[in-house]
Amino acid sequence: MNDKYIIMVIAVMAIVTILLRFLPFIIFDHGEQLPKWISYLGKVLPPAIMSMLLVYCLRNINLLEGNHGFPELICVAVAILIHSWKRNTLLSIGVSTLLYMIIIQSGI
Amino acid sequence: MKRIIKQVFPQTIPVMAGYLSLGIAFGLLLQSIGYGPIWAFLMSLFIYAGSAQFLAVELLASGATLIHVALLTFLLNFRHLFYGLSMIEKYRGTGIRKIYLIFGLTDETYALLTGYKTPEGLSDKSYYFAVTLMNQLYWISGCVIGSVAGSIIPFDTAGIDFAMTALFAVLVVEQWKTHKNHIPAISGFVITVAALYIFGADSFLIPALIVMSVVLLCMKDALNTEEINER
Repeated sequence: MNDKYIIMVIAVMAIVTILLRFLPFIIFDHGEQLPKWISYLGKVLPPAIMSMLLVYCLRNINLLEGNHGFPELICVAVAILIHSWKRNTLLSIGVSTLLYMIIIQSGI
Repeated sequence: MKRIIKQVFPQTIPVMAGYLSLGIAFGLLLQSIGYGPIWAFLMSLFIYAGSAQFLAVELLASGATLIHVALLTFLLNFRHLFYGLSMIEKYRGTGIRKIYLIFGLTDETYALLTGYKTPEGLSDKSYYFAVTLMNQLYWISGCVIGSVAGSIIPFDTAGIDFAMTALFAVLVVEQWKTHKNHIPAISGFVITVAALYIFGADSFLIPALIVMSVVLLCMKDALNTEEINER
């Protein structure tokens, strides 16, 4: 195995990832009041990004073929319903994940 | 210390389920191209980005150039630029730990820290630090376990990584309940689905994030910040 190559790949990936994570702090975090628009974006982005990440998790389902993404969509709906009702994170995630495992392992 | 673990651990259980199972899948995959536990450990320690590590396996196997590695990592992790924006004010006053908090700001850590409040009786900085550290420990453990013993796990874990999808679904509901104004959540959803449709599953995140930010900035005056601040 070529150890030097994998070390270089790890270093490059780590540096790029670290730069991306640090950049907003390097640019904007200088102790004084943040520019208003940055502070505003920082507050409105989390709900938007949470929706984005949920869609991201479901990006590979195919609505037109195979199982039409039913296992994923049903289990996401179950998680959302249980959570809206009981607001107990572990319950919502536990039940929906277990249901998902049962559905895909039984090959329905 | 004990109290921190007791209060923070339950919040991180879904991430534990997701990180352990995805980490194990990663360790197995890395093993399959001939790189053992030490490499799984180093990658999860220093890169600490799930999707980038899966990409790394493909790149290592195909012998990609370092420029190519840098470019693809940049595109894949571009979204992290936007996460920092929400954490600049939160992370003020966290001292030396801030370096680690920023280093460890993955999708899931960002989601937990913006989705939940600091538990009663804990300081913000110990809470942020505990979540970030616990999450990385799950990820490192998963990657190493997968590399060492992934092939001998005795029960069928297929589908357990759905825990992460379920976590985001739960956090969408949490955001919905804590914010009176739902325009950001709805715009985020509509714009992301449109971007997925237009750009396809491999390249929709960057356009989605940019459009989302521009649209939300354009609505700055229309959106009542009082309502947005409501937590």
